[in-house]
Amino acid sequence: MERTGNAPPDDIPVALVTEGTHGPVIHDVNRAARLAGIAPGARVTDMRSLCPNLQIEYADIAGDRVTLQKLMLWARRWCPWTTTDGENGLVMDTTGSDHLWGGETEMLRDIEAKLALLGLDAQLALAHTWGAAWALARFGGVRQISRPETLGHDLASLPVESLRLNSETCLLLSRLGLKTVGALSAVPRTSLARRFARAKPDGNPLHRLDQINGHLPEPVSSPSDLPRFEVQANLPEPIQDPSPYLPDLCQAMCTRLADQGYGCRSLILTVFRTDGEISQLSVRTSTPNRDADHLQKLFGDRLERINPGFGFDLISLEAGDVTLIDTVQTTLDGTAEEALALPRLIDRLTARLGPRAVTRPQIFESHVPERAQGQLAALADIPPQSAKIRNTRPITLLPTPEEVKVLYAVPEGPPVQFTWRKQTLRITRYAGPERIAPEWWHDRPNARLRDYFRIEVQDGRRIWLYREGLHGDGRGGDPRWFIHGFFA
Amino acid sequence: MTCLTQHSAITRLSYGGRERKVLSQDATLSEVFAGAAADASALGFVLSQLPEKDAPILWVQDRVTRLESGVPYLHGMSNVTLIQISVSRAQDALWALEEGLRSSALRAVVGEIWGDPKALSFTATKRLAMRAEASGVPCWLVRRAAAANLSAARDRWRLNSLPSAPNPHDSHAPGDARWQADLFRTRRGKPTQWVATHERATDRVYLSAASVDQQMATGDGAHRQRAAR
Repeated sequence: MERTGNAPPDDIPVALVTEGTHGPVIHDVNRAARLAGIAPGARVTDMRSLCPNLQIEYADIAGDRVTLQKLMLWARRWCPWTTTDGENGLVMDTTGSDHLWGGETEMLRDIEAKLALLGLDAQLALAHTWGAAWALARFGGVRQISRPETLGHDLASLPVESLRLNSETCLLLSRLGLKTVGALSAVPRTSLARRFARAKPDGNPLHRLDQINGHLPEPVSSPSDLPRFEVQANLPEPIQDPSPYLPDLCQAMCTRLADQGYGCRSLILTVFRTDGEISQLSVRTSTPNRDADHLQKLFGDRLERINPGFGFDLISLEAGDVTLIDTVQTTLDGTAEEALALPRLIDRLTARLGPRAVTRPQIFESHVPERAQGQLAALADIPPQSAKIRNTRPITLLPTPEEVKVLYAVPEGPPVQFTWRKQTLRITRYAGPERIAPEWWHDRPNARLRDYFRIEVQDGRRIWLYREGLHGDGRGGDPRWFIHGFFA
Repeated sequence: MTCLTQHSAITRLSYGGRERKVLSQDATLSEVFAGAAADASALGFVLSQLPEKDAPILWVQDRVTRLESGVPYLHGMSNVTLIQISVSRAQDALWALEEGLRSSALRAVVGEIWGDPKALSFTATKRLAMRAEASGVPCWLVRRAAAANLSAARDRWRLNSLPSAPNPHDSHAPGDARWQADLFRTRRGKPTQWVATHERATDRVYLSAASVDQQMATGDGAHRQRAAR
């Protein structure tokens, strides 16, 4: 599951790691590493001593989850009901669809081949319940198929870990001497029921055994796929300019979105050129939207950027990032329109100026001034503000602090005179220092502390000046002075 | 020495025949010329003049302004949410300002434009002024390194920093900010000069006529130098 892309050769032990409380821990391993004795959950430093040539990669858990979701939808080519199973599994309800692939054996072979083409290696098993398939896929043979009548025999030799139990229960069972499913099944039902009466399903072996044998239902609830919205205009002969067709296309798209209650956050306009090339143009919005006029305006003068070549005869408009949205009813005083005005303004500004030019400053938890405010794209969803506004901060901040040349330094406080931007400034009053230490978890190791002064120069301007470092702090030469911002 | 407490009309001042808290409550286009590039008094004054409304401010800056006078810093403002736009050409800045004035969902539109670009013509300012008046969103143009050429701005200000008020707790520290606010052209009254004091604790700006403050305005703060060492 995790080894997409350029997978390392099978004979090199590779482990994926995540950050634990006491340094990195192993998240998952490949076959060579498993054979070398590397266990998931162990600390990397310990495992390095066990296997010195262990290669380490950081695990992308969120990315894996997204990939698994996509793979789940992709797997609907074999059967209509699929869903994800934990972090690394897929469950497919193939009832009634295996004959389309020439039988169960052929279907499993086909699934494995197609997954191998994607660069994924899979362990497959087929059984009449979810639990049995789970156990056989992980602990059984290669592409094992189990019939209901032979299930007891197939499972008997598997370890109790194959019952999807949590680790405490597995440990308890192994201490009781119940190491295999067969041994557990031999225990009288009443004894197990008495022992695990109050346990949750993942700690209750009896519950899991019932699920495996089909005595308890465990249906596959398959999430439905998002609908795809696309409208097309077939033209009688090639044209160069799509703009006359855009209003109708947008209108048709928004009607279809409205019929099903969806809104889209992006629109992709594709023209299919007569020379076989395609060229695309996309716009994004800050909120899900199905207003034809607004979406059409976002294309605006950007339609010039589409390359028509020798003309095109097919225009297609596709909606991306569709989500269900509620219909907003306009009240008599027009308040619903007001709520829409701001996202629409952001959409128009971003469509013309680009997403990097339109931002929303946000406040972050940090003492370092330039980190206490960050820029988020205005199109993005804005997280709720949690950080606090600090007092006595300047109203504007220079993007990069500018160094000043000190003309007349004094042992304590800011310099009396300095030169900045070819002007000699004399400090008439000052307040400070306010010491801001570097953040060791962000900064490079030899970052110096800063002493900030609020100063007022001879013409009344109020400036935020800081000294970087101290004399003899062992992190560079003499301290330097910088201007960082301006007070109103 | 402290002139503001001696002056009678401090908190409310009569302007254009009516009493109002801020000078230009009617939404329109106003221009502020900052005395120096690194003088943030113009921004402080503009923020104090904006109406109270729970909506973001559209803040448009061109590239030179960003480098020379810095970007707006939320920690130094109170109760402000911003949508910040950074462009490199004045045409784009003016387009963004106009686009912002189309929608009524903003508290104000502030544009910082450096120098005298050709795009900022009389026609462009006229368009901004009419849009601002139509939508009811005030528009403020902050001009730096610029000449007060022909413009349709209804109010035109010149803002400079003055040496700050004495700090009651520390005589060597700067106190509440003071600005020289010079309304040199207006459609609604007589051009006047004020001395504005920004009281940081309450975040209010008091204005008093500049005539009584001449003595302080001309001083360069030399007499408040640090104690001799």
